[in-house]
Amino acid sequence: MITARGISKSFGKLQVLRDVDLDIRTGGVTAIIGPNAAGKTTFNRMVLGLVRPDTGVILVNNRAVNGSAIYREQIGYMQQAPRFPDNLCAADLFDMMADLRGSAVKRDDELIDALGLGPVLSTPVRVLSGGTRQKINAALAFLFSPALLVLDEPTAALDPVSSLTLKDKIRRARAEGTTFVITSHVLSELEELADHVVFLLDGGVRFAGSPSSLMAEAGEPTLERAAARLMRDHARDTLLQGLS
Amino acid sequence: MTSSTLAHSFAAGNNATQSERSMMELRRAAKVERYVVLDVLRNRWVIAYAVFFMAATDLLLRFGGTGPRALVSLLNLVLLLIPLVTIVFVTLYWHGQREFNEILLCQPITRTTLFVGLFGGVVLPLVVAFVLGVSVPLLARGVIGTESRGTLGLLLVVGVMLTAVFGALAVLIAGQVTDRLKGLALALGVWLILAIAWDALMLSVAMSFPARTVGPALLTLTFANPVDLARVLMVLHFDIAALMGATGAVFSTTLGGSRGVLTALGALGVWVLIPVLFALRAFNRRDF
Repeated sequence: MITARGISKSFGKLQVLRDVDLDIRTGGVTAIIGPNAAGKTTFNRMVLGLVRPDTGVILVNNRAVNGSAIYREQIGYMQQAPRFPDNLCAADLFDMMADLRGSAVKRDDELIDALGLGPVLSTPVRVLSGGTRQKINAALAFLFSPALLVLDEPTAALDPVSSLTLKDKIRRARAEGTTFVITSHVLSELEELADHVVFLLDGGVRFAGSPSSLMAEAGEPTLERAAARLMRDHARDTLLQGLS
Repeated sequence: MTSSTLAHSFAAGNNATQSERSMMELRRAAKVERYVVLDVLRNRWVIAYAVFFMAATDLLLRFGGTGPRALVSLLNLVLLLIPLVTIVFVTLYWHGQREFNEILLCQPITRTTLFVGLFGGVVLPLVVAFVLGVSVPLLARGVIGTESRGTLGLLLVVGVMLTAVFGALAVLIAGQVTDRLKGLALALGVWLILAIAWDALMLSVAMSFPARTVGPALLTLTFANPVDLARVLMVLHFDIAALMGATGAVFSTTLGGSRGVLTALGALGVWVLIPVLFALRAFNRRDF
């Protein structure tokens, strides 16, 4: 579904990604994990064409991400803490996106109902709480049954019930063949969802494979402990390298 | 297989023709524009702006009659207020739009399409507010039938052009300056220079340049400032150049008549186009 070759990106002096090769298979859930500022969100945004790599190429669905927009018909993106226009309401937003995508697209309103957004659909977004906005964000990403869903911290700011609703929806969509790329710091929730794990560390891919093989490599029983172990080992190695 | 051959082998997978695609993008730009207009029109500042023009025009007509004196007052108001309100409003709106742009750019819509839709969508309500604000009192007081009709028509055109120019400058500023307050400060600075401080510059040039070169110098300075261009455009039409200082005098002798009007309008068009193109280029290149 996604093929990245030789991706590098710097923001000013800060190099976020260094010559990254990455393949994300069609179908299933790929979790991108790593410490803060490991380049997870940057990678997601490159897939969407929001951030341009300094070098390298990204193919989505066999189409190069190069400024054209058609490939995004197949993508839903749930970004971190989105800001919607103050004066529009959720119904306006949904209609606007449907309008932009053309009338041929079938709408999947399931999440709108399941997350209980019905009563606030015509309330201006500016008076809604952060959690409610995140629900709108989720419903928006799933609205057009895209083949690829990129979710950046999807359950952040959601209450437990909504979080479960969303995860159930993810499972159902995965069963129907949707490909997911999810980044999250709640590794326990990724553990139950992820089929593949990509571990980004220091701007590069430290590990790519199944969650169980990551846990086996780190010799830890959970994804969270395994990730923490790899991060600590890496920090120690860097320190030792610096000393020698 | 290297990355570049990978990219090439998949680039050819598009079967829509170029013209079909540009039509589609144009329709999408119109869709974006419609929603932005909807959003902007619900903003109470735009409504206040229209109401203010209505009240001001009505007052000027009530106390000044429909003669040139009232129209000159209205012109001065237009030259001061449109640049200020437009540059501030559009800079702030463009900033507020940043995060939502990210959401829109995740839809199948190109950056150029989004830019065109946004720019049209934010400038159009300001244009409508101005045109309605000025013309409703004019219609109500029956000025449209008088001989000031042509001058008023030109005043509306100039106001619309000024809105487009300062909208374009605002978009350029908001695209370059990430910090909202710094952007606002820069926008106010640009307005201050173009609408207020320019006269002082003109005056010092008129005083210090030798008589032989002062005309071309003033002419150049006028073209370098859209507010002055708009003023000259109106002054040429009012035929009261002497009332409007050195700029007017230079223009009526050098360019006078309809040719002067067309030249000034064309120059205002360039003042819209150049900032817009620079802003679009930056918009297409930046990371969101």
